[in-house]
Amino acid sequence: MLTENYSAEVEAILARHPGDQKEAATLPLLYLAQKAYGYLSLDALIEVGALVGQTPAEVASLAGFYSLFRLHPGGRRRVQICTDLPCALRGADKFAEELCANLHIRLGETTADGEFTVEAVTCLAGCRNAPLFQVQDADGIHYYEGTPEQPLTVDAVIGILDKLRL
Amino acid sequence: MTEYILLRHRDIPHLDQLEVYLQHGGFEAFKKVVTTQTPQQVIDNIKASGLRGRGGAGFPTGVKWSLLTKNVFPRYVVANADESEPGAFKDREILENNPYQFLEGVMIASYAAQANLAFNYLRGEFADLAAKLEANVAELRAHGWLGENLFGTSYSLEIRNHLGAGAYICGEESALLESIEGHRGQPRPKPPFPADKGLYQKPTVINNTETLTNLPLIVARGPAWFRTMGTASSPGVKIFSLSGSVNRPGNYELPLGTTFRELIEKHGGGAPGGRKVKGFIPSGASSPVLPATDEILDCPMDYESVAQKGSGLGSASVIVFDESVDVVWLAVKIARFFKHESCGKCTPCRVGMRLMLEMLERLYGGEGQPDDLRQIERLGAIIQRGSLCGLGQAAPNAILSSLRHFRSEFEAHL
Repeated sequence: MLTENYSAEVEAILARHPGDQKEAATLPLLYLAQKAYGYLSLDALIEVGALVGQTPAEVASLAGFYSLFRLHPGGRRRVQICTDLPCALRGADKFAEELCANLHIRLGETTADGEFTVEAVTCLAGCRNAPLFQVQDADGIHYYEGTPEQPLTVDAVIGILDKLRL
Repeated sequence: MTEYILLRHRDIPHLDQLEVYLQHGGFEAFKKVVTTQTPQQVIDNIKASGLRGRGGAGFPTGVKWSLLTKNVFPRYVVANADESEPGAFKDREILENNPYQFLEGVMIASYAAQANLAFNYLRGEFADLAAKLEANVAELRAHGWLGENLFGTSYSLEIRNHLGAGAYICGEESALLESIEGHRGQPRPKPPFPADKGLYQKPTVINNTETLTNLPLIVARGPAWFRTMGTASSPGVKIFSLSGSVNRPGNYELPLGTTFRELIEKHGGGAPGGRKVKGFIPSGASSPVLPATDEILDCPMDYESVAQKGSGLGSASVIVFDESVDVVWLAVKIARFFKHESCGKCTPCRVGMRLMLEMLERLYGGEGQPDDLRQIERLGAIIQRGSLCGLGQAAPNAILSSLRHFRSEFEAHL
């Protein structure tokens, strides 16, 4: 339970959104629940709903709307590669494909060891440094990108992922 | 060598450290307005500068502030740092490297709007950045630049960073407000406008990150100084995010009115491999495509001139594509983005973009039907006219304009 294992965080979030602004605590609490459980199960949605006075259906409609929330278990880390137009013009589709081949999966799948789920996502506001990706895990979200002069290579990314595995 | 106005960290190393920002006049502009000017004087100054919103709409900032419903409080200021438009990456550079100038801008806007609480809404992917900005805000509080009775006056101000969770639509101002309140980011019908009934139904000013970052220097140096840059109707500098088929993609801070040719050829170094630039999208995925003819390349990048050419300057996120790019592939990419990012509220956008994507994918796969091009035009018009907010109204822009300017490439797929 969040109220037991993350009581200080829950209190801080609720204190920041008092009174009639209580609903505004929903997104921060969903982030916390996802950090705690890895994904947002029905139980997690019920728990967050109880904290902010919303029905599980209302909370689920939020969790389903925002793309950073996951409603199903997957790899321990989500590797999210931008394949939108500006990145694709600089080879992002091929990059994603080669990375997946290297990990013996297809885009959207999880590696055999359960470590990484590789996904294509929309623009990450780093178009000049394409290709780029973010890793979303229990620690939060971190960007990985090269520069226009030295863009990320698939080999370099495999190295990054190997380090994350440790 | 002219100085940077917004990307000042490129001139001044470590500008993201408070003591460095202070050494370069940091927070003097904020102190000046709070201790020597009325809110109305600040609004008049910004109006006189001619600053226009840098998020895309180009609406005069001072005018926007003056539309706040009189005598209704509390009021809120919201900084829109939801930068999610494909091709846009300027606000991120400001927030990462010049955060205090941005925050000082938020503070000046808050004083002008007589708001005691400001929100900085960041896209969820900027979580690391939000943590850094929280630390910046805590520092300002510790120094007495945020909090109660600032500089011994009766004015008080707090800034709260607020994270989204992955939704392009939250850059639309009313959807952004819904998101802060803890709801799905779906736009509200207008009117009422946020200046009347915004966050928690109170008068609210929403400004883009880059717009706000302009404010400290305008206050410090005056509106006449600001008007020495840019054009008469589009004064000042702008950050142009240049991406796609160019040798040197990046953020270029240039006076408004600089030509596309200078940006793409001189700064961007043209297309890779000596290829020819075929066209570009001046303002990210939501603006109409322009072909790279001499006439278009020589067009000055200001709000009116780009509109006259049938597109828009918007956030100035210039995506370039060269002669090796299949325009139908480009249209598929754009359709996929908007199909994914439609918030689902309006049927023409939600269902329309799905149908649009299916049709374009079929065409790109070589299975187009003879009637497809007419259907794309018809569907695009329905989506544009039948959607409540700017997302739906703009979603078909790049697709329809691609078809208009490069029809033979579409026909080649039939």
